Amino acid sequence: MAAGSGTAARRGGMTRRQRRRLVLGGEYGIFVIAVVLLVALADWRSLHENFFNWSVAKGLFPDIITVGLRNTVLYTVTGFALGLAGGLLLALMRLSSVLPYRWFAMAYIEVFRGVPALLIFIFVGTGIPLAFPGSNLPGGVYGQAAVALGLVSAAYMAETIRAGIEAVPRGQTEAARSLGMSQSRAMRTIVVPQAFRVVIPPLTNELVLLFKDSSLALFIGVSLTQRELTKFGRDLASQQGNTTPIVVAGICYLLITIPLGYLARRLEERQKRGRR
Amino acid sequence: MSAIEVKGLRKTFGTLEVLRGIDLDIESGEVVCVIGPSGSGKSTLLRCVNLLEQPTAGRIAVDGVELTDPDVDIDAARRRIGMVFQSFNLFPHLTVLGNVMVAQRKVLKRDKAEAERVARANLERVGLADKVDAYPEKLSGGQQQRVAIARALAMDPSVMLFDEPTSALDPELVGDVLGVMRSLADEGMTMVVVTHEMSFAREVADRVVFMDEGAVVEQGPPARVIASPEHARTRTFLARVLDPAAARVGELED
Ligand SMILES: Nc1ncnc2c1ncn2[C@@H]1O[C@H](COP(=O)(O)OP(=O)(O)O)[C@@H](O)[C@H]1O
Ligand SMILES: [Mg+2]
Repeated sequence: MAAGSGTAARRGGMTRRQRRRLVLGGEYGIFVIAVVLLVALADWRSLHENFFNWSVAKGLFPDIITVGLRNTVLYTVTGFALGLAGGLLLALMRLSSVLPYRWFAMAYIEVFRGVPALLIFIFVGTGIPLAFPGSNLPGGVYGQAAVALGLVSAAYMAETIRAGIEAVPRGQTEAARSLGMSQSRAMRTIVVPQAFRVVIPPLTNELVLLFKDSSLALFIGVSLTQRELTKFGRDLASQQGNTTPIVVAGICYLLITIPLGYLARRLEERQKRGRR
Repeated sequence: MSAIEVKGLRKTFGTLEVLRGIDLDIESGEVVCVIGPSGSGKSTLLRCVNLLEQPTAGRIAVDGVELTDPDVDIDAARRRIGMVFQSFNLFPHLTVLGNVMVAQRKVLKRDKAEAERVARANLERVGLADKVDAYPEKLSGGQQQRVAIARALAMDPSVMLFDEPTSALDPELVGDVLGVMRSLADEGMTMVVVTHEMSFAREVADRVVFMDEGAVVEQGPPARVIASPEHARTRTFLARVLDPAAARVGELED
């Protein structure tokens, strides 16, 4: 007892528990004051009018889903598919014993990770048609968006997949080779399937990023029916002089990205538990 | 014709000379146990025999096919050589049945029914017929190693190489694996076994090969090499393996 109170006295007369309460109390206090100030100062009527205008919001449906969200999903999924195929190819090239393959993959990855995604969209949307007049990617705008997203995401996925392949123990390849499988057969049948299990969580995160990057499709020059969420929201916001469409578009993104992000974390945790 | 013929085999890693000229002829149906201290090159020798390591010099022929010939189809040659690793190396993403079937399907192009029939028969042979649907992680080390043996056998190899197949096992599981290997030997399989299990070598091997520092020091019937070795190095090694507790601190350095 005597020793305990002596320690407390030296630290300003409080026990650890007392100090902890004071700090917590202070933090909550600041939070409450901030909220009260915000509520008191904000112009709620104007906020409500501009950001959460119910009649404007209602007018967005069903087009914001059947056009905006649909196109966002379409651009993202096709871009992801191309990116995945390209990423796998680049990862295998990066690990190849053929030097020029490795060089090409390394250069590609550096370039496409080091350049803003927006630039790639402008390049695919404007540059390629200018450079090769009359050349048309299949699918028109849809093809261009998929290629642009695929080009960008392939570089990121390549690094993820490469790490996954390298995480597969060497003994796996050796066992496969000792059974008479060729190097490429061992890669396809034994190594890559195991690598993909490792990289599913990071690839899910990549999909979340792509959902957001698909908004860059608006720089390709899309028609009314090709608008994705962001362009849709922006167009309607300026048409109606109201910010609500932007807010609703944002909510539409979150409806997809939050569950996907949650899924990625779950998969990651499950994998960590499985490893032990 | 010998089942395995090794002539003048050398292997260096950088400046480290791991195999310094190995000559070894193994007859069809012969069981050869390779013993020797850690680092003496036993694993490297086995890995050279199926070209998991590229020999620096020398000649290796299995079933009369010269593996060291640059024009030989190495994947085809490897099918005839089964390999069992110390760390099992089962494919964790496949079931037991999948592990034993995958190479039959992809390499030998057997149809599904045939591959499954062969797989089940070989799993029966190693006493694991009831584990076909399990994933490797659910099996004990001893069971995993027996699946690995069945996986190699399913390819109908003419020789089997074992690299310390029981070294990673808990002591009570060693017997099951050795039992499978013993019955394989009884069936007349040509086997090269790197092992520290002297009782297995004594009872099952036709010949024991003692290696040290990348060379074969002596070889012969187990009764002679294990019971009355000619070379001092063999005697020192055997004394340690047969009675580990007797080693003196001073002896450990050499
Ligand atoms: N891939 C490799 N690279 C470099 N050195 C190696 C490699 N594999 C084996 N060695 C070396 O070769 C020697 C013999 O190894 P190994 O054949 O595994 O011996 P053993 O199986 O008899 O214990 C050891 O000194 C080991 O460090
Ligand atoms: Mg070894």
